[in-house]
Amino acid sequence: MTTAPSIAVEFKKVMKSFGEKRVLNDVSFKIEQGQALCLLGRSGTGKSVTLKLIMALMSPDSGEVLVDRDNVVGMGEQGLSQVRRKLGYLFQDAALFDSLTLYENLSLPLHRLTKKSKEEIDDVINRVLDDVGLGADGAKYPSALSGGMKKRAGLARALVLEPKILLADEPSSGLDRITASEIDRLLMRQREEHGTALVVVTHDVHGVRRVADRVAVLDKGNLVAFGTVAEVAESNNEIARRLITE
Amino acid sequence: MRWLSRSFEFAGKVGDFSLRVLIDSLRPPFEIAQLSRQLVEVGNKSLALIVVSGFALGAVMTLHTRNILVTFGATAMIPAVQAVSFFVEIGPLVAGLLLAGRIGSGIGAVLANMRASEQIDAIESLSIDSFKFLVVPRVLACVIALPLLTLFMDFAGLLGGFLSEEFSSHIAPELYLNRAFNNLQWSNFIAPTLKTAVFGFIIGSVSSYFGYTTDKGAQGVGEAATNSVVVSSLLIIVADVLLIKCIFFLFPDTAI
Repeated sequence: MTTAPSIAVEFKKVMKSFGEKRVLNDVSFKIEQGQALCLLGRSGTGKSVTLKLIMALMSPDSGEVLVDRDNVVGMGEQGLSQVRRKLGYLFQDAALFDSLTLYENLSLPLHRLTKKSKEEIDDVINRVLDDVGLGADGAKYPSALSGGMKKRAGLARALVLEPKILLADEPSSGLDRITASEIDRLLMRQREEHGTALVVVTHDVHGVRRVADRVAVLDKGNLVAFGTVAEVAESNNEIARRLITE
Repeated sequence: MRWLSRSFEFAGKVGDFSLRVLIDSLRPPFEIAQLSRQLVEVGNKSLALIVVSGFALGAVMTLHTRNILVTFGATAMIPAVQAVSFFVEIGPLVAGLLLAGRIGSGIGAVLANMRASEQIDAIESLSIDSFKFLVVPRVLACVIALPLLTLFMDFAGLLGGFLSEEFSSHIAPELYLNRAFNNLQWSNFIAPTLKTAVFGFIIGSVSSYFGYTTDKGAQGVGEAATNSVVVSSLLIIVADVLLIKCIFFLFPDTAI
């Protein structure tokens, strides 16, 4: 007998508006643990909002957002804190804390949320920084890092608590092709070695082809295509087809 | 009438925000490390501004006072006038207004920048309560630092006044201090100094409100800094009037 795959993230009829503008309209999808979902769409179609709904940084107007089977909509602070422990978030501009060094950026969640000793925390940080190729940069402040280094540092902070689900908001934006593919490789390694589910917002078609098991295409708040890269490339929806092929 | 309803709406939001600061400051976990960091930011880095301003203001005030009191042959009153005016009103109010500019703009701009660059969202995503982590320590640091910085301003003003008077009349330091503190009561000193804790709460809460709640991206950073200074300064002046009435009520002998 085979066990049903564990659902990492599920949206059920999610609606979200800002004033008069509806950014998500009756959106439903789900991804399994260990899968990589790429969210595609033109600017302003609700991709980043989708990530923020998963992280419960904002609430939908209606519908359910399930993270590892827990509905985060209307959840109390304590419950949210538990759910967020399962999530890592790589922000678009990394969102590193300006006033802290790279080492301190990574140690903050470890000090606050784990019972690890100073030595254990040092070990974790050194390992994660080595993994993203920033082993020698722990003492630097974010202002001293290049765009690509900031992205990798943001990824290191997102990974430091060993999340089950990693959310990445345009991980390759503003980066050259080589650096972008390095970031994608780091994301893929995380998925392969730790079984982490990935939800990646991107405009980079090369990145989608490298990373995605599933692709979701949003247009004017609607989910217009969902499937594998090949399925979306054959989609009836022109926007979806063009986004994946052009 | 729209501006009136907006004013009430704003007052309600700031009041709600300030109440949350009060409640969260009593609720663990207590962000001691953040508080220490903010005390350095608010206190240490404002010290030079306060001391130099107090010193210059004290010297200038003595020069003006001397010109008037010479007419009445009452130059011996200069130290007492200087001490009473600095400890009772000038020190607390000027320190409050200067720090509204120095600290208020800083808090407003830093928090607005953190909001615009998603650093506040990043804190939340790490299961850390961003309000307790960012806002509460800043407000508490202002509440603690303002009375201490006011003391520095008071004594710097007195020193500036003494040096100015020493140049003019070669008064001995002991005599100056004796005349300065002879008519000063503890109630002239303690209550006005402690009222600056309220100024600190106003600066911290108002500035944090503008920075923490902005949703205008980079444009919001400048707006938050400007609004923090303008509204904090205005509220400090209004609060000063009310607090003076309270002090007169609690210490009737200070009402000259």
